[in-house]
Amino acid sequence: MINQTWQFQNKFKSIIIRGGRVIDPANNFDGVADVLIVDGKIAAVEPDIKASADFEYNAAGKIVTPGLIDMHVHFREPGQESKEDFLSGSKAAVAGGFTTVATMPNTSPVVDNAALVRSMVNRAEDVGLINIKIIGAVTKGQNGQELAEMRDMIDAGAVAFSDDGHFDDNAKIFLNALDYLHDTGKIIICHEEETSLVKGGVMNEGKNSAILGLKGRPTVAEDIAVARDVLLAEYTGGKVHIAHISSKRAVEIVRDAKKRGINVTAEVTPQHLTMTDDLVNPSDASTKINPPLRTKKDCDACLAGLIDGTIDIIVTDHSPHAFEEKDREFIYAPSGFPGLETSIGVLFTELYHTGKIDLKTLISKMTCKPAQIFGLDSGTLSINSPADVTIIDPELVWTVDAKNFYTKGSHSPFIGRKFRGKVVATIVRGNLMKLNQ
Amino acid sequence: MLGKSIIAMESFSAEEIRLVLDTAYKMKQVVRRGSDKKLSNLRGKSIVNLFYEPSTRTRTSFELAGKYLGADVVSINSGTSSIVKGESLRDTLRTIEAMGVDAIVMRHKAEGAADFASRVVKPVIINAGDGAHAHPSQALLDLFTIEQHKGRLAGLKVAIVGDILHSRVARSDVYAMTKVGIEVHLAGPKTLLPRFFAFDGVTIHEQLEDAIKNADVINVLRIQLERQQAGLFPSTREYAQVFGINDERLSLAKDDVLILHPGPQNKGLEISSEVTYCDRSAIQEQVQNGVAVRMALLDLTLNGGAK
Repeated sequence: MINQTWQFQNKFKSIIIRGGRVIDPANNFDGVADVLIVDGKIAAVEPDIKASADFEYNAAGKIVTPGLIDMHVHFREPGQESKEDFLSGSKAAVAGGFTTVATMPNTSPVVDNAALVRSMVNRAEDVGLINIKIIGAVTKGQNGQELAEMRDMIDAGAVAFSDDGHFDDNAKIFLNALDYLHDTGKIIICHEEETSLVKGGVMNEGKNSAILGLKGRPTVAEDIAVARDVLLAEYTGGKVHIAHISSKRAVEIVRDAKKRGINVTAEVTPQHLTMTDDLVNPSDASTKINPPLRTKKDCDACLAGLIDGTIDIIVTDHSPHAFEEKDREFIYAPSGFPGLETSIGVLFTELYHTGKIDLKTLISKMTCKPAQIFGLDSGTLSINSPADVTIIDPELVWTVDAKNFYTKGSHSPFIGRKFRGKVVATIVRGNLMKLNQ
Repeated sequence: MLGKSIIAMESFSAEEIRLVLDTAYKMKQVVRRGSDKKLSNLRGKSIVNLFYEPSTRTRTSFELAGKYLGADVVSINSGTSSIVKGESLRDTLRTIEAMGVDAIVMRHKAEGAADFASRVVKPVIINAGDGAHAHPSQALLDLFTIEQHKGRLAGLKVAIVGDILHSRVARSDVYAMTKVGIEVHLAGPKTLLPRFFAFDGVTIHEQLEDAIKNADVINVLRIQLERQQAGLFPSTREYAQVFGINDERLSLAKDDVLILHPGPQNKGLEISSEVTYCDRSAIQEQVQNGVAVRMALLDLTLNGGAK
């Protein structure tokens, strides 16, 4: 059993990462090289750098990438710190190789005004382990009825907007939001499940829900929502980003929309790429998420969409809950599970090692693509860019055990799974953090 | 079956079903005795009935089944227990376990609750209904009643009609009946049929008449009135007209068709009074068979069925 604890503090003025396979999709680079970091910035990426540094990391046999970016996490601050907080979430991010995350605003209270955005930005700086970007709410209290003060939130540092957790049923308010943000270039991230069709539903509607007697959340609820938002993006010229896409038909709608030049982008999670509703066991709420785990044909469609560019980025939808909240009746347990610490393990094991996706495409979906879409200064190893770097051992075999999680979340359908591929070091703005080996 | 929890019909083999039915025949003799129904099979054993949902026949029949077998039986009603103070299911189960209980008979609104219980605590768990998922003792008493009347199970045609979507009885019947070679036909308005329900040996009909034609048995399910409020059918009047079981529709089935209903009935809605009280109806007898089948289940799981 490998040691899965991390060392979080290592302030070196300069670092050389020697001999790794550097994959930097932003610069279309894939080859063995050294990476020199000085004063928190990338100073050089080339073979056999002669210079010395305060610390040398031997990355032979490892993969060196720009720091991973996750545009969809729930760090639960303010108000739900029993589920997660910025520190526990940041540690989980480091352990999963993520140097930048964006937090969703469905907290208590909802992050729907500039004062809260500013306080969360300050809180992120105080914790300081990783870069935490703040996503603001589209509507006040995420109530879907009244626009939140989004321009004020942009000034306070909000990176995007979302009423994630549910669909904004009121089409007029959503259209207004797109119009109102149009000149700012900011994106609305949309949770796509038409409310009346998923009310009371706890898993995918299909043969498994029919047999188990659990109420279903049909794919058509997602398809309708995606279709509406694509049409509103076309009509307004606004920017829509489809959160955690999971249905085959929804992928087709996005593909078609992109062909027609509509401003739409999309994300998918490792779980929706690799797991189906065959895994749902109503005596264990670990698999309960929204949108729910679908079927093999939906997973396959998501993967095809990821590879052909219909789906732009991979996110975790890291959604931790307290043990006692998930340790109960399936229909009463909240939806979501933590994903930061398992993401690379799942993706390498299920997609890379099986030959379903090449590394450059995979890494681009977690680095330069989200950076480009959301206007971040990271996601690249370009000279002088911030020294956010992730080092992955593609062959390291490990078993997922909640005891090793840094997140406060305890339930995950990946627990007990054996993965091949693990993040072994994460560098944020030049701060090297690494697995104790 | 000693020590086995009874969660759903999925995990029953045909042999185990046979064993339960054979034991139930013996138990029925005990239930029908005029006096001295008390056996000593489960003397010194204790059983808790933990019911999170209202129930008359299931709870009472489990309670009497345990008592006829000589066990000590306590019934907990969720409305008057610590559950209203917010105690979690895990903690309630652990509390009951700590008192030295041998079996917990459980009824819960949440699908999977009984399975959860069997993972969390050691006593035998008997599922007395978990949401729309399963109600195994009902399915076994349905089989028992059918066999008593028809003398066989394999090759019979059984129609189950009404609210299939929300019915744990239908789901358990489907598993139990297909395992013993019964041909199952389900019918109801499409709004009350599960979409994507695919099962070997089961046919789904949107028209009632197609399901009950030449049926040996019709199992009429209860229609809950809140389904109308949820927009699943327009009125009880129209439901009764199109899907209610009455004398006229009964003529489509075999002459000796057997009528079952898990209760409680909405008279005049899913079933007419004439049908309920006609000589082909075994609805009353199902209740008595319920006690016998539950005695069989308790005896087999807590005592191994040994005399």
